[in-house]
Amino acid sequence: MTTVERVPKDKITVEGLTGDAAIAHALKQSDVDVLAAYPITPQTIIVEDFQRFAADGEVHTKVIPVESEHSAMSACVGASAVGARVATASASAGLALMWEILYCAASMRMPIVFTVANRALSAPINIHNDHSDGMGMRDSGFIQLYCQSSQEAYDTTLMAFKLAEDHDVLLPVMVGIDGFIVSHNVERVEMLPDEAVQKFLGVRVPVQPLDPKNPITMGPLALTDYYFEFKEQQDRAMWNVPKAYKRIEAEFKKLTGRSHGMFEEYKTKDADIIILAMSSMGGTAKAVADVLREKGEKIGVVRLKMFRPFPTKEITKAVGGAKAVMIFEKAMSFGAVTSPLALEVKSALYDLEKKPLVVDFVVGLGGRDVPPETFVEGIEKTKKYLEKGKAPMYETLGVRK
Amino acid sequence: MSEKFDEIPMAGNIIEPGNAMKYKTGGWRAQRPVHNPENCLWIKNGTCGRCWIFCPDMSVRLVEKDNSRSYEYDYDYCKGCGICANECPTDSITMESE
Repeated sequence: MTTVERVPKDKITVEGLTGDAAIAHALKQSDVDVLAAYPITPQTIIVEDFQRFAADGEVHTKVIPVESEHSAMSACVGASAVGARVATASASAGLALMWEILYCAASMRMPIVFTVANRALSAPINIHNDHSDGMGMRDSGFIQLYCQSSQEAYDTTLMAFKLAEDHDVLLPVMVGIDGFIVSHNVERVEMLPDEAVQKFLGVRVPVQPLDPKNPITMGPLALTDYYFEFKEQQDRAMWNVPKAYKRIEAEFKKLTGRSHGMFEEYKTKDADIIILAMSSMGGTAKAVADVLREKGEKIGVVRLKMFRPFPTKEITKAVGGAKAVMIFEKAMSFGAVTSPLALEVKSALYDLEKKPLVVDFVVGLGGRDVPPETFVEGIEKTKKYLEKGKAPMYETLGVRK
Repeated sequence: MSEKFDEIPMAGNIIEPGNAMKYKTGGWRAQRPVHNPENCLWIKNGTCGRCWIFCPDMSVRLVEKDNSRSYEYDYDYCKGCGICANECPTDSITMESE
């Protein structure tokens, strides 16, 4: 392995970028061979910016303006099959239209970086942020990484290629940012020089590409005889992710000094109540924890980044010692025992002898603001539930009742 | 081919071209084609051959040996789709239940 050195400060470019623009810059520097996408709010700027790079000759990428998202993901699968470095972007209804091919991409073990500006699903039509689209694709076999800031979106997009293309993994990666909240807000972003990114990522080395000189068939029929075995392979590849992710992040940290982990822990060590949330809500949660700690309340935060594969043991360790885990999540699973994130956390904690009380709040659907006050309201409720020793499976917060 | 998940190609890729030969699809057959040589144009004068052209599994064998013609099916691969029977202009092929 080559030694990685910290990129000196004078080589770093600092710009004010939206989450979308940060992702577009990361894609540009990743030397993507093929980008196939169809525009949809709030992801549009990613592809718009990238198309401008392509038109200006700043990238050598083949940009395919396809006729639908179903075609976008199909084109990505085809390009990845021949060994290209591939990316696409979508959100909400567009992501939903990709659904069939999401499963193909993952099952055919195609490294594809799929950046998503997470947005509510119809109906009614709503362009604002929640995690319905991400949770809808939760079982497709994609790795899922949810980012809190433009900087993290930039960093994660770069690392996503290395993770997807890792030979122990070979799976597509979804990189999520909260629609509008992160996708359209300008933040300070530190960008690496092109050479450093190229050195970090290298050129993709495909394992079994389509090649006329060495013909193979991909995605053929497998019935009762072999299908199950291929699913076993796929699941095991998914569980190779944490190890590869840690290795890649360690290398990235040497380069930049930054790492984000599978999740971020904030003041959790002595916390009575731990707020568990994803994406931009993590920032609000940390601010709330700071204020409440000044008042003497022991509040901590776990901001989950990696939803698939779910870091079961690590999360159990991180929250297992608290009196209560208060989950704030932006998705509903209609008719389920509880909501997607709480389902995972409760299952992970089940084997603990002494479990924290898990309190689940569904918030922010369709972009409904989740201000600090909502967190405080949740904390107050959680305290009451702790006194009672019992909480509802889930409830909504921020709905006019 | 191995049957274990970690000894078979990734994602079901077929890395050896032409290995469909190893997969005998005859087991799928619910009806088998039965050939009646009486009015068959291949037997009569060596023409037609529509069944041979249309068979998706190359299971029709038109045999020509010592100036005499015969006709047979490869039941290892014939799925019983009935295309040959449908295409035959002289109704010389009938589908019979297995």
